Amino acid sequence: MYGWTGKVLRVDLTNQRSSVEALDYKAATDYIGGLGLGVKYLYDEIDPTVDPYSPKNKLLFATGPLTGTGAPSSGRYMVVTKSPLTGGIANSGASGEWAMQLKYAGWDMIILEGKAAKPVYLFIDDDRVTFGDAAPLWGKNSLETEEAVADLTAPDAHVACIGPAGEKMVRFACVMNDKGRAAGRSGVGAVMGSKNLKAIAVRGTGGVKVADPDRFYKAVEAAYETLNTPVVAWFHGVGTPGVLDLVQSFGALPTRNFSTGVFEDYEKLSGDVLASKYSVRDHMGLGCPACPIACGRVSKVTTPEFAGVGEGPEYETIGMFGSNCGVSDFEAVCKANFICNEMGMDTISAGNSIACAMEMFERGLIPQEDIGFPLTFGDGSAMVRLTEMMAKREGFGDLLAEGSYRMAEHYGTTEYFMGVKKQEFPAYDGRSLQGMGLGYATQPRGACHIRGEAQDLDLYGVVVWRITKDRGIDKVDPLRWDDKPLLAKEVQDWFCMIDSCGLCNFIFFLHVDEDQTRELLEAGTGIDMGGYEGFKRTGERIFNIQTLFNRRAGMTSADDTLPKRMLEEPMPGGPGKGMVVRLAEMLPPYYELRGWDAEGNLTPEKAAELGLTLPKIKAKKAAATEASDQA
Amino acid sequence: MTKMITVNIDKCTGCGACELMCSFRHHGEFNPRKARITKTVFHDEQISVPILCQQCEDAWCVNVCPSGALQKNVDALTGAYVVTVSEDVCVGCRMCMLACPYGNIQVGSKGVAEKCNLCEGDPQCVKFCAFSALRFEDTDANVRDRKSKLASTLITAYREGA
Repeated sequence: MYGWTGKVLRVDLTNQRSSVEALDYKAATDYIGGLGLGVKYLYDEIDPTVDPYSPKNKLLFATGPLTGTGAPSSGRYMVVTKSPLTGGIANSGASGEWAMQLKYAGWDMIILEGKAAKPVYLFIDDDRVTFGDAAPLWGKNSLETEEAVADLTAPDAHVACIGPAGEKMVRFACVMNDKGRAAGRSGVGAVMGSKNLKAIAVRGTGGVKVADPDRFYKAVEAAYETLNTPVVAWFHGVGTPGVLDLVQSFGALPTRNFSTGVFEDYEKLSGDVLASKYSVRDHMGLGCPACPIACGRVSKVTTPEFAGVGEGPEYETIGMFGSNCGVSDFEAVCKANFICNEMGMDTISAGNSIACAMEMFERGLIPQEDIGFPLTFGDGSAMVRLTEMMAKREGFGDLLAEGSYRMAEHYGTTEYFMGVKKQEFPAYDGRSLQGMGLGYATQPRGACHIRGEAQDLDLYGVVVWRITKDRGIDKVDPLRWDDKPLLAKEVQDWFCMIDSCGLCNFIFFLHVDEDQTRELLEAGTGIDMGGYEGFKRTGERIFNIQTLFNRRAGMTSADDTLPKRMLEEPMPGGPGKGMVVRLAEMLPPYYELRGWDAEGNLTPEKAAELGLTLPKIKAKKAAATEASDQA
Repeated sequence: MTKMITVNIDKCTGCGACELMCSFRHHGEFNPRKARITKTVFHDEQISVPILCQQCEDAWCVNVCPSGALQKNVDALTGAYVVTVSEDVCVGCRMCMLACPYGNIQVGSKGVAEKCNLCEGDPQCVKFCAFSALRFEDTDANVRDRKSKLASTLITAYREGA
């Protein structure tokens, strides 16, 4: 087999046994790998109504067929499970040497089942799989864990693990790897914690072969050519924080719990400040494997209150802990970021949840005695303190570790929860970016910025993809909504392919297109995607199976919505002034384009076209019961 | 004047594209462990150091080779010095591996010595180094760059002092 290794490792944590399976080749050609293949296996193997923390939930680590090759930015893996935050599908990706090692060890995917009686770690040394006692590791932070596990296994092993937040099942805990990389969203680390699995060390000595070496080489060469631009060089220097000024200029920078999209102190949080003042190396950092961009960096703060060193912060982190908490002290933002990375906690949900608590405190909805100290917008010290409390589930942090939706519900109103499907928004305000608003509402994993939301088209002005090029679109207006149902759908499907191949979507907003990706995929695996149409249809299939999972888990079209603030409170300032997200106008045509009925359910015709089987009646009944429980 | 692959660690991001494309070229698979260039990453300092054959003028591996498989050559295309392996002569005794102070030659799965051969004049590590940390350039040019970089540092200090 080319691209894929052809092997799946199934691990029974309950009985500490593992077995080898041949990769389901039909599933692999239909769902590719990473996101798609992980969801396909999960969909077939678990009851979506299961409690996410039950041993019956499964945790999958999936690489893509291009992971481990020389294709640009291909060092990725995806964690797939049922989310304890949303109750729907979770898929969180990260890059790093760990992903490459898993592939070189000979595995397309690991399926973890059951629950270990006591804390364990797993060591995958090529095809040898061993369990180790993780009791001495319990409580260690992610960086300490990585080092300790490498000491216990092999110095050249790479480690994916959870920190204390995952152990304590903070609902938005991450899986961390390679010293600060995070499979961040939807609480995949909490599921790992619920299974008593502290870490997975991997060492691989094999290689990855491709189907047509000459064709693949040319495709890699072409992609490198596309990425040889001044914008890529700029992005290498500043990383994701470099986009903060741009988001501010669109009036989409979340500020004080999304009350507005312009932050008066945004210049203090700009990417250049981070790159020059706090970066360990000025405008320079190491990147992920096989990546010609290298957007990562390590920052260091020496001021005693906020002292620390570590990967990041990324743009989303700065948006959430910075402007969205009204905090302009970059050092406080860095510190909150360091804590999240060490504890293994999603910076987006953590920062957004604190902002939500800040607003509710200021509105008098949360009494100060519950928190223990005043929690006002702009107070970086309080923010950092609360971040630590969340990770350790101390005091009010214990409640906030349930996510801001559940915290807000506890105080009687979810009006100030800023997210979708109980997952917090990342750092874009949908009122100033209508496509983003629609993307938030419809993304199966809940509010998300990175599974194909349309901000790439309007905010970043990417119009080189076939999605826009074939339609002669050379500029996308962020405030226009009538064109967004089509664009949002197409971008979502396209990104399903990216996340399934094992590629990082940053190469795409830096102009690698659909045809180049298809070329890499076909040359790498030897499969025929059936042209651009077939490629798109595969992406659409992958998007839909996620939604089917959610429907079976009990979600309905009522979950494809946005907070009242987005729908009813006009944006108070900036270029998006006066706008609300025109979801009521966008959602019906979006459903129609998706081939869904008015209730957001896949029609039999569309299901047949995509080769999907609709859920059975029994599952639907169970889903209805679950839905009424939630309502 | 000769060409060689030079390394500028200020620019290396540790992406390992050099290793991947090297192993792809020489072994037909992507496998860093088979590459003839190897990076070592120091995460805390954010520094990555690639190590590869220096194509020594008085090469210890050539000197120690009992079979005569290792030879000092001039690359036909580029005129660069290159130490090459005659695979049909090599007996796989690993003396070269023991002699090289840098770990840049080893006996691989085929039982013969493997080392950088500059990809017959088109080094793939250099071609896919997106950050130009690796260059295939005249040693003279590299030396000139180093001198002018030092000169810039001196003039900056001078101007700040003035």
